[in-house]
Amino acid sequence: MLIYMIKRLGMAILVALTVSILSFLMIYLSGDPAIALAGEGSSQEDIENVRQVYGFNRPIIVQYGDWLFQALQGNLGHSNYLKSDVASVVFERLPITMLLGACALGFALILSIPLGVVAAIRPNSLVDRIALTIAVVGQAMPSFWFALTMILWFSINWRLLPITGTDSWLNFIMPSIALGYYVTPAVMRLTRAGMLEVLSSDYIRTARAKGLRPMTVLFKHALRNAIIPVVSLAAVQFGFMLGGSIVIETIFAINGLGFLAWESIQRADLPMMQAIVLVLSIFYICLTFFADMLNAFLNPLIRVS
Amino acid sequence: MKLSKLLITASLGAILALDAGSAMAGKSNDTMNWSTNREIAVIDPYYNNTRELVIMGHMGWDGLIFRDIKTGEFKPLLAKSWEWKDSTTIEFDLRTDVKFHDGSSFDADDVVYTLNHVSNKDNGVLTFRNVSWVKNAEKISSHKVRINLGKPFPAALAYLANAVFILPSGHYDKAPAKADGKKDFGAVAPVGTGPYKVTDSKSGEFVLMEKNADYMSGSAKGKPQIGKMKFRTISEKNTQIAELLTGGLDWIWDVPKDQAERMDGNPAITIENAKTFRVSYMAFDVDGDSGTDVFTKKKVRQAVSHAINRKSIAENLVGPASVVIHSACHPDQFGCTQDVPQYDYDPARAKALLKEAGYPNGFEFDIYAYRQREFTEAVIGDLAKVGIKAKLNFLQYRALRDIVRKGQTPINHMTWGSYSIPDVSAIVSNFFTLGPDDPAKDVEVKKLLDIADNSIDVNVRKDNYKKAFTRIAGEAYWLPMFTYAKYYAYSKELGFKATPDEIPRFYTATWK
Repeated sequence: MLIYMIKRLGMAILVALTVSILSFLMIYLSGDPAIALAGEGSSQEDIENVRQVYGFNRPIIVQYGDWLFQALQGNLGHSNYLKSDVASVVFERLPITMLLGACALGFALILSIPLGVVAAIRPNSLVDRIALTIAVVGQAMPSFWFALTMILWFSINWRLLPITGTDSWLNFIMPSIALGYYVTPAVMRLTRAGMLEVLSSDYIRTARAKGLRPMTVLFKHALRNAIIPVVSLAAVQFGFMLGGSIVIETIFAINGLGFLAWESIQRADLPMMQAIVLVLSIFYICLTFFADMLNAFLNPLIRVS
Repeated sequence: MKLSKLLITASLGAILALDAGSAMAGKSNDTMNWSTNREIAVIDPYYNNTRELVIMGHMGWDGLIFRDIKTGEFKPLLAKSWEWKDSTTIEFDLRTDVKFHDGSSFDADDVVYTLNHVSNKDNGVLTFRNVSWVKNAEKISSHKVRINLGKPFPAALAYLANAVFILPSGHYDKAPAKADGKKDFGAVAPVGTGPYKVTDSKSGEFVLMEKNADYMSGSAKGKPQIGKMKFRTISEKNTQIAELLTGGLDWIWDVPKDQAERMDGNPAITIENAKTFRVSYMAFDVDGDSGTDVFTKKKVRQAVSHAINRKSIAENLVGPASVVIHSACHPDQFGCTQDVPQYDYDPARAKALLKEAGYPNGFEFDIYAYRQREFTEAVIGDLAKVGIKAKLNFLQYRALRDIVRKGQTPINHMTWGSYSIPDVSAIVSNFFTLGPDDPAKDVEVKKLLDIADNSIDVNVRKDNYKKAFTRIAGEAYWLPMFTYAKYYAYSKELGFKATPDEIPRFYTATWK
């Protein structure tokens, strides 16, 4: 198990490094950051001045190496646009994104697990089809469209929910649904598949034969086992939600990490983008690592292979 | 239109005209809420060159002089009077009764400090061109200063009125140091003399400005009326519209034409289409650097110019305030004239010119653009009608800029806002003085512009600009397309009028 952990950890570090190099290069390839900072319509003199003052005249490899060297020492740099320490901005905005991700995941689990259970109890029935439709619609609808449609009905037409901001829990309802709905199908189908497998196993038949109440068999014996892979999937989906909150945060004007990432890409704020990518990829890697370890703990065959 | 956009537009559009019941929250608490899609972190007119900071710049800070947008006349602001001593020296008598937001008194030291700081290239002002003409500033007495220009620069007053704001002496001394030891000038808390003062802000969320109760009397800007102005960052345009409809916002702009037209029937919302200083133009690869020599031929450039229905694009895609232009300038700028060779929409003439140029069946080329894809697509459609096939390369500005400057674009469809400077030197002298943006490198045009740019004689300037514009249009180096127009949407409770230079004067806004 220890060797397996070390291997996975090494892989995780390599992934983080690769992501960091790729994101740095991609931002550079998308255009000159000096032009982005100098602004549209700036003169060549302005651009050259910005390039000189902000150090964009150095070779890319030197700029990246400098950033990496500083990052390894815990200094994520200084935002040329926000005029702030990058780490402080990222960690100021991370909690709101994590809260949104947690709410969205909570919504997804609350919706998809019961749907998965119901679908498994009566496979291929009308109930199963309805559950599948509800879940698949979530994945088929673009989240930005779904979000705007909710604004249309819940905020403009019915005046029930606030549109923007994070002042109260009401502000999180629509963003959480919009973000969480998208991952519903994966969780629902995994729950359904797990439940189907467990419900047909010998120990469930034994439990039923013992005369246990159907609800006890379903929730105490079946769901407890079927839910284990869902836990590891949920961990990975949480990582996806942190990265995938860009669109939702932008629509609902939530000042989180996703919105910061979007803005930083627009203005080619390299240190900020690097830090966000690094933090999000570390989160994702940690969650994936956690899921791997959980699976390996539960299934010795994975450790052996 | 993409399916997703169509869905959004259709569903939002269905209620835009119907929703009439929004209470205007801003008036009830004397706070005007306005929003754009930009995140404002740096509240400094020199270290943030976004349009939002231009707007806030005029609210929070004052310049030495003021330009009346209606008459074009320059009026006193921080300076009581001024005098051109010679073509490179201007002297200003300053007001003695002005205080900064922090309570300190304004005097000549503040002007000298500000101008000497911002005109020092090493200090990294983002739009250095706004101040690069300043050689230095000298104190003559406690309330009299002299500005020395590096060379004659007749547009100096326009820049002083629009882009040069005065900060307290020693303002940037408080700047914190970055990790590399350089000072971070944009991080200093904002202090100005303007009608509004910044009282709170949160990066990425809002900037709150409050009425400056001690604002100088008799200012050309007038007395501020509304108690608070709150800027909010909302990236998504549809969210901005939703907030406006539900009373969360009082003012937005850049509303898409189709949505503005739908909202026009809403009794709680005022829709205004106003011109801006931004113009659309197409620049031809006159010297053939892009790898195709097709646009080195004048008749081909003229054919393209005749083939594009600019009037239709302006009317149908931009808005009623947009006008077709024929000269490489904005009609509201000093020195601009439309009395130049013109290329009316005439596909038959375009085809004839193509035939004369040796392209009876047209040709193919790459067109580059970065802004309002639909405008360039309309151009492509018009060109197709005369047999010219244009392949669209739509890039981000920061990617396209380099390609344009390297001369790698057969045609680039660009825009220019002149930084809202009401003088043609802010546009034509940027593009036709042999610099990297110059598509023609015409020495004759450069000579004419040099004379106009360096004379303080109004008639000399006008005459030479006209000659330059005539030559640029006659040779069809550029195809000036149309002026941009913006749709504003704001609460009926708000007394506001858009100005043609894309700088909303919120300090003149009132509640009805």
